[in-house]
Amino acid sequence: MIADIPVTSVRSLDEAYAVLARRAAGLRVLAGGTDLMVQIQARVGLERIGHILDIWKVSELRHVTLDGGTLRVGALATYTDLLRSEAVRAALPALAQVAREVGAWAIQNRGTLGGNVCNASPAGDTLPILIAAGATFVVGGPRGERRIAAEEFFVAYRKTALAADELLLRAELPALAPGERLVYRKVGTRRAQSISRASLAVRARVEAGAFRGVRIAAGCVAPVPLRCRATEAALEGGGPGAAAFAAARAALDGEIRPIDDLRATAAYRRRVAGNVLEQLLAAF
Amino acid sequence: MSATLELSLTVNGETRTATVAPLARLLDVLREAFGLTGTKEGCGEGECGACSVILDGELVNACLVPASQAQGAVVTTVEGLAARDGTPSPLQQAFLECGGAQCGICTPGMLVAGQRFLDGGAPATDAAVREAIAGNLCRCTGYAKIVDSIQRAAATPSPPPGERAGVRGPGDR
Ligand SMILES: Cc1cc2nc3c(=O)[nH]c(=O)nc-3n(C[C@H](O)[C@H](O)[C@H](O)COP(=O)(O)OP(=O)(O)OC[C@H]3O[C@@H](n4cnc5c(N)ncnc54)[C@H](O)[C@@H]3O)c2cc1C
Ligand code: FES
Ligand code: FES
Repeated sequence: MIADIPVTSVRSLDEAYAVLARRAAGLRVLAGGTDLMVQIQARVGLERIGHILDIWKVSELRHVTLDGGTLRVGALATYTDLLRSEAVRAALPALAQVAREVGAWAIQNRGTLGGNVCNASPAGDTLPILIAAGATFVVGGPRGERRIAAEEFFVAYRKTALAADELLLRAELPALAPGERLVYRKVGTRRAQSISRASLAVRARVEAGAFRGVRIAAGCVAPVPLRCRATEAALEGGGPGAAAFAAARAALDGEIRPIDDLRATAAYRRRVAGNVLEQLLAAF
Repeated sequence: MSATLELSLTVNGETRTATVAPLARLLDVLREAFGLTGTKEGCGEGECGACSVILDGELVNACLVPASQAQGAVVTTVEGLAARDGTPSPLQQAFLECGGAQCGICTPGMLVAGQRFLDGGAPATDAAVREAIAGNLCRCTGYAKIVDSIQRAAATPSPPPGERAGVRGPGDR
């Protein structure tokens, strides 16, 4: 019963770690609740929830700062925090763009970056951007902190590299260098409040007529948000142009593994992913 | 064994308390513990906005907020929009004049989302108003009259927030 689930609301990381150290059976972290409250109301996996650790008011996890070339986004930064942030606009404007496209105002006010990452849905809209940006996740718990590359964090369908006694603390992202761009597009059914059918993020710069530092990631086309290394390799060092884009599209088609589900067919996702790739590349 | 929380928060300017389950939805606390049935349940999963309230200055879906996260909060519901003497707010008046409500099920949420937009003070362009209510679904009006209502209210001088039963939130997007 939902009414039987105890909740411990903490205000600091020390308090959170003390709860995690006790390793209560079925401990589940609650941030803004925009995924977890929906799952709880739908009784999805409810039997596996024995205790809730409510971290929403841990203010040390709610920050967005730009320091040298590194953008640090606390796990509890909300979409509203991201889209209001000067630091985000300066370092990685795509993160402000995606924040404005997630849900609508009420969801943006409560949904957090950490929740999007730890919910680990292949349709999570920030995930392709974080992977393409080259983000590192800093996670921590009573046993200490460690760093995990974003692309290694998503280990299987909705499974992350987090241990049961660990929290995501923050994402660290290298800010765009002069001449570099990170472009992103999600395709849904309408602008507000819709789950993506396919999404793609491309980070690169064009130097002396050649693509350099290409990083590409895609959402909704595999069990996990996917770094597209073959597509990157097809572009790296070559010039922009129709032939290069066609080769990249073929490489992308070879490495994605979309499925049919109630929102779209695999064939549709393949077409959309390829179209979006070409549109994004045309921006360089 | 049921878990309990001694919840205390400010709703429409008044301190309210209740003993509730910590994962009880703010929506149910408002409606059942406090009898504030203006806040509606549509989908119960964050999609429709019928349960919109203003929590510590920000628009939220009350169906997704657990009681544990409303502890000590300042909440404005649709009941807090009118003046203390019951005079409709400029936004409520505009909904009446522009036909912003038909069946009325979305109206409390639209009023709350619209009020939060007005409180932010941004220019009431079509695009800005539509973005502000993008999380609120209406099956009846086709939205044009709701947008008209919010724009009309934006053009009406607002009474000072102190005269409203609810408490104005800070900040803007
Ligand atoms: C109407 C609606 C529209 C939506 N639209 C979109 C959309 O357009 N795009 C999109 O990507 N998502 C969307 N979502 C999903 C959701 O809003 C996001 O995934 C959001 O970022 C989740 O954050 P949260 O803080 O609410 O997470 P919560 O629900 O609190 O938590 C989600 C999961 O992450 C875990 N968790 C959270 N924080 C941490 C942490 N710091 N450390 C360890 N574990 C943690 C929780 O245990 C839980 O399993 C939508 C949801 C709704 C209801
Ligand atoms: S009832 Fe809360 S958003 Fe629909
Ligand atoms: S007036 Fe009927 S749903 Fe909006």
